[in-house]
Amino acid sequence: MLKDKYAEQITKIFAKYPDKRSAIMPLLYLAQEHYGYVSPEGINEVAELCEIDPTQVKSIAGFYTMYRETPKGKYWLQVCTDLPCALVGADKFYHDLLDYLGIQDGDTTPDGLFTVEHVMCLAACDRAPMLQCNFRYVENLDMEKMKALIEQWRAEAAAEAQASSD
Amino acid sequence: MPNILLRDQDVPNIGTYEVYVQHGGYEGLRKALSMSPKEVIAVVKDSNLRGRGGAGFSTGMKWSFVPDVDGPKYVVVNADESEPGTFKDRQILEKNTQQLIEGALICAYAIQASTIYVYVRGEFWDIGFQLEREIEKARAAGWIGQNIGGSNWSCEMYVHWGAGAYICGEESAMLNSIEGKLGQPRVRPPFPAVSGLYGRPTVINNVETLANVPPIIVNGAAWYKSIGTEKSPGPKIFCMSGHIAKPGNYELPLGKTFRELIELAGGVRGGKKLKAILPSGASGPLLPGTDKVLDTPLTYEDVAALGSTLGSASVIILDEDTDMVWATLKMIKFFRHESCGKCTPCREGTYWLEQRLKAIYERRATRADVELIESVAKQMQGKSLCALGDFATSPVLSALKYWRDEFYAYVEPVKTTVRAPARKAVPVAMAGD
Repeated sequence: MLKDKYAEQITKIFAKYPDKRSAIMPLLYLAQEHYGYVSPEGINEVAELCEIDPTQVKSIAGFYTMYRETPKGKYWLQVCTDLPCALVGADKFYHDLLDYLGIQDGDTTPDGLFTVEHVMCLAACDRAPMLQCNFRYVENLDMEKMKALIEQWRAEAAAEAQASSD
Repeated sequence: MPNILLRDQDVPNIGTYEVYVQHGGYEGLRKALSMSPKEVIAVVKDSNLRGRGGAGFSTGMKWSFVPDVDGPKYVVVNADESEPGTFKDRQILEKNTQQLIEGALICAYAIQASTIYVYVRGEFWDIGFQLEREIEKARAAGWIGQNIGGSNWSCEMYVHWGAGAYICGEESAMLNSIEGKLGQPRVRPPFPAVSGLYGRPTVINNVETLANVPPIIVNGAAWYKSIGTEKSPGPKIFCMSGHIAKPGNYELPLGKTFRELIELAGGVRGGKKLKAILPSGASGPLLPGTDKVLDTPLTYEDVAALGSTLGSASVIILDEDTDMVWATLKMIKFFRHESCGKCTPCREGTYWLEQRLKAIYERRATRADVELIESVAKQMQGKSLCALGDFATSPVLSALKYWRDEFYAYVEPVKTTVRAPARKAVPVAMAGD
């Protein structure tokens, strides 16, 4: 339950606003962190906390691109392919990345590690090609750097899996 | 001249409270607190500081619209930087954090606000937490909270993260978003100065705008007006991206020319010739790279006289090999995705512009489609609640104004004498296609 796990954070969030409804967005981020996506349970808990109908919460979750309505890979890669990035090769980079991982636009690799999507402007046009990995920017990329990163993430995930099975 | 806004380029770690106060930090707020709120507004009005978010409206005038009433009033800092080509606010948020916090506090004092919300785009995830840490330092020093600087004015400051929606940079949509509603624009009037956040008087200012405020208060309006031109005073950050040798942010006094700016950023990448300039991201009309344009001063009024806009000064450079049909389609895809869906002309218009432009780009269209997109774009203008509906038309109309033959070349490849830009046999597909 969100209200037990994040009790202190939730109190702080509500203290910021004169109206409970304003807490929907920050609480949805907590739900996403807890469930891995904004699951139906998460929606209902946020609605209960904000004393509002779950439908209203769902409409907010659906309006914004940073709330995932379905589970994603462990590494959620969002590549900016807007005009300034595209002028310096972001579309090619995006397709090369998909090919390298052997998946299609928006898909997740069968091992559940990588989801690759293209997104609109991330305000990093001077450091393209770039992507956002789980809300962290990775900039000035090319496929060589990308391949090294993917290896690093694979190793990281394998080490975590190893540690949790020990 | 030392930078006024990009001070991180001169002073390492200026964004942290410790370093900021060693370099004159909070002298502006201290001085403002010794003045009456009306006097503070008068100085900002006199400086003729114009909003740096894109509209260029007088900041002091905006503050003066807030009525002198009891009860809560709000300042909302627009840090939802999402215009393709814009990354200036990000550098201030990350590297000159305290100057933004001080500017927002001076604004809050001037309108006697009780709370400041900084609306940070969700993608600036870590930057938001860093901002929160700096806010806490300012609070510990007594600049935020109860009886600030020994005055009888109290004010809180919070960060609110967006979650990925360009439309929330539009001020009334931003207010709805903070209120936990869909981020869609409101009908105006009433304007936010009278009825804004939670129905209370509210001032919404861009990050770069507020970063200008502390030096204005410290050095005075006359000093500020000595920088830049009479109608467009002050320094401005120019974001250089696209086919430019040295992409990045450049701070210049307003009034330098496009030519000087491009030279400063190392010229067109790879020694190529300049074809076109987008002076203010995807929202402002394209301009051809002619001598007339290159020698135009970068001011609100001079760029407007060319039929475009200085906007947020996110300058995207397009070289001679750029396919203008491709570039236009890219921008329309952006607006179609970001249209919030509230107003029919924008929602349907951006959809059909994308559909027909895609058909043109894929050589599945006829000359009538070129006329059709122009007609659709013209009919969208002035028919939506916010400016996005108009912004979406500018790539199409300006591209057709200067490069119409390139569109015809796509639909009538045999007859035309115009050489379509060099393209590979199989062009790189756009993401998602």
